[in-house]
Amino acid sequence: MPGFFKSKNSSGNNSVSVESGPESANWTARMRAGLSRTRDNLGKRISGLLGGGKIDETLYEELETILLTADTGVDATNWLLDELRRKVKRNNLTDAAQLKDALQEALITLLEPLAQPLHTDTHKPFVIMLAGVNGAGKTTTIGKLANHFQRQGNTVLLAAGDTFRAAAREQLMAWGERNRVAVVAQESTGQQKADPAAVIFDAVNAAKARGTDIVLADTAGRLATQLHLMEEIKKVKRVIAKAEPGAPHETLLVLDANTGQNAINQVTAFDDALGLTGLIITKLDGTAKGGVIAAIARQRQQKSPLPIRFIGVGEGMDDLRPFVASEFVEALFD
Amino acid sequence: MFDNLTSRLSGVIKTLRGEARLTENNIQEALREVRMALLEADVALPVVKEFIARVKEKAVGKEVIGSLSPGQALVGVVHQEIIALMGGEKADINLSTVPPAVILMAGLQGAGKTTSSGKLAKWLMENKKKKVLLVSCDIYRPAAIHQLGLLASQIGADFFPVQTGQQPKEIASAALSFAKTHFHDVMIVDTAGRLAIDEAMMKEIGELETLLKPIETLFVVDAMQGQDAVNTAKAFAEALPLTGVILTKLDGDSRGGAALSVLHVTGKPIKFAGVAEKLTGLEPFHPDRMASRILGMGDVLGLIEEAQRGVDQREAEKLAKKMKSGKSFDLSDFKMQFQQMKNMGGMSAMMEKLPTQLSQAAQNVKIDDKVIGRTEAIINAMTPQERAKPEILKASRKRRIAAGAGVTVQEVNRLLAQFEQAQKMMKMMSKGGMTKMLRSMKGMLPGMR
Ligand SMILES: Nc1nc2c(ncn2[C@@H]2O[C@H](COP(=O)(O)OP(=O)(O)OP(=O)(O)O)[C@@H](O)[C@H]2O)c(=O)[nH]1
Ligand SMILES: Nc1nc2c(ncn2[C@@H]2O[C@H](COP(=O)(O)OP(=O)(O)OP(=O)(O)O)[C@@H](O)[C@H]2O)c(=O)[nH]1
Ligand SMILES: [Mg+2]
Ligand SMILES: [Mg+2]
Repeated sequence: MPGFFKSKNSSGNNSVSVESGPESANWTARMRAGLSRTRDNLGKRISGLLGGGKIDETLYEELETILLTADTGVDATNWLLDELRRKVKRNNLTDAAQLKDALQEALITLLEPLAQPLHTDTHKPFVIMLAGVNGAGKTTTIGKLANHFQRQGNTVLLAAGDTFRAAAREQLMAWGERNRVAVVAQESTGQQKADPAAVIFDAVNAAKARGTDIVLADTAGRLATQLHLMEEIKKVKRVIAKAEPGAPHETLLVLDANTGQNAINQVTAFDDALGLTGLIITKLDGTAKGGVIAAIARQRQQKSPLPIRFIGVGEGMDDLRPFVASEFVEALFD
Repeated sequence: MFDNLTSRLSGVIKTLRGEARLTENNIQEALREVRMALLEADVALPVVKEFIARVKEKAVGKEVIGSLSPGQALVGVVHQEIIALMGGEKADINLSTVPPAVILMAGLQGAGKTTSSGKLAKWLMENKKKKVLLVSCDIYRPAAIHQLGLLASQIGADFFPVQTGQQPKEIASAALSFAKTHFHDVMIVDTAGRLAIDEAMMKEIGELETLLKPIETLFVVDAMQGQDAVNTAKAFAEALPLTGVILTKLDGDSRGGAALSVLHVTGKPIKFAGVAEKLTGLEPFHPDRMASRILGMGDVLGLIEEAQRGVDQREAEKLAKKMKSGKSFDLSDFKMQFQQMKNMGGMSAMMEKLPTQLSQAAQNVKIDDKVIGRTEAIINAMTPQERAKPEILKASRKRRIAAGAGVTVQEVNRLLAQFEQAQKMMKMMSKGGMTKMLRSMKGMLPGMR
């Protein structure tokens, strides 16, 4: 395959690629670089807006505009503004600059419950299943996760559960080679597609036999309107549990940060079908709008929060970071 | 009954009732609802603002004709303006050049460029009888070239073989000579996904454009994209002389407001819509359907008019009141629904007026209007008590009803099962989820399979 192993990093095209080091410092740097557009659009405008002056309706209206532009959605935006109004009243705020801190606080309060890192030492093998709409970044994220878990000293096995899309299997196998980890896959011959549940079942059994720590199962992209595909992925999950009771131990929805309000439907539909345990937000390096996250957090506020386990900040193997609410919000307002 | 804009407006519409003319005052609240509806549909805010200003200009002073309320008249203006913004007519693909006509695909990561390249090749082969060469310049994403190669072989299009280590520009110029010597009519060039802020990658695609001189440079956009569509589109339009847009993943339940943002920024028509993953899932774009989808309504005006003609207003209000008061929906209500449906031209006519994504959600649902008549016959054969309390219907009563209606007991049972589903549906409807309702509609109404 020409150009198979050439990532944008190795060809020098990707401007931001930070190697490991003190995780948090790096992460902040990456978030700053990655979220620069968000900052331009949201943070800077808020900062500019809130530089001084008094608090009035125009100010709230402009804040509403800014939050909506960041894909925060009508509901979460209204909620944030209400919080803000309450704070202003409670604390007798009069200066517009104080409003910035108050908004940061409200955002952090909303997002903090989502910052729950993933612990994989509870089961062996720890089976992680990734699901999501088409093109969200599932397969790439698996490549990044394999790298992440290996660095933590785990052994990893990949399961090529997307037997539908053209070259999905080859794409995952390329990530397997980059990471030097085994990939369990079945060739689809012509119209006869391999059964995704069977592939992942085999992978979990292989992991058990080999004593592998972590299994990462890829699945085909699907839209929530494709009811038969939603049924299919439910079956995949059931079959995984047959290979290993209690598995999958983590069921992740991969969400593209570019997504607008449909992200809320996606979370609902995949949660209804699979019982999600976490989210991964990809492509935050480009057009990242913290707004999607806030909208989802707001939507789930009455239920148990859906943790954001990782965020994707590029196409390279290292472009994966844990989600930290305070840093996220800070980077947003920088 | 319609979600989003129409339901948002219904409250406002009531307050506007009886006014003969749209004025700046009486539409202000309604316009705010339109703004919210557009934002919820992911139309970018700057676009929304301009749009609202235009609607206001067009609407103020407009007389309210006939039976329409001012609110309905405003919905009409909004709908018309969105269609106008989308270019009104559908735009065909341009191939009029010395062959090979080069089509360059560009867009963000995962938007659907490679899949759309395959679909477009198939479409051109079948509809325009063209000899097509597919070329991948995506040397970055793992297995991207292989992906396009597989699609090419699935549709029987020619595929340009890439040598290991070749750079995108080398691939492009080699492919161009190949297409010339092999007499291809069309050459579709797939490129890697890229961020608009990735300068090196934007420079690369700019150079590809210069080299290939494509007759069409198509910007591929995911219908699920949010507010940032406006920024991305701007950056791509600045870096490349775009000629059109392909809007993908319209088979999902996103409202697709990004379409409006992209159109507004680029001024280029949407030439195709992706409506399925499979290679047949590409359609010429219909601005009018898209307008309805963004607003979250079908041919709303048409439906409003028909509803006014066909539905007994008092009966409908009675039902609505009943639903609100939480009183249970019984078999008499069920029957009334069918009668109203009949009056409105039957289910099939009604379905046609639903927004695209809803009719798509219901795509496998076939409606047989004849069955509606049999349903009525069965319910007519019941006593009022039975209609109000279907749970008392045991075997002997069912036999009597079946005999009375001239049907089998199985048919009576089927109707009762459908009624139960409809009851659930009414509950959902009163909670307001139209899409949800249609999704679960399959097999729910008589004659639907
Ligand atoms: N810039 C950027 N691109 C990403 C990121 N994650 C994934 N991508 C790119 O997004 C595109 C789609 O990624 P995939 O991993 O193939 O997505 P998928 O969800 O597996 O797609 P399907 O299997 O086709 O549904 C690829 O071009 C990836 O390189 C990210 O964090 N940042
Ligand atoms: N349901 C649906 N899926 C689509 C449509 N168009 C593309 N897809 C899917 O979206 C995913 C991404 O499509 P690709 O063609 O690989 O996207 P791309 O833009 O080439 O991605 P990169 O090359 O990584 O930037 C795949 O799973 C496709 O099958 C569509 O119209 N409907
Ligand atoms: Mg994939
Ligand atoms: Mg591609």
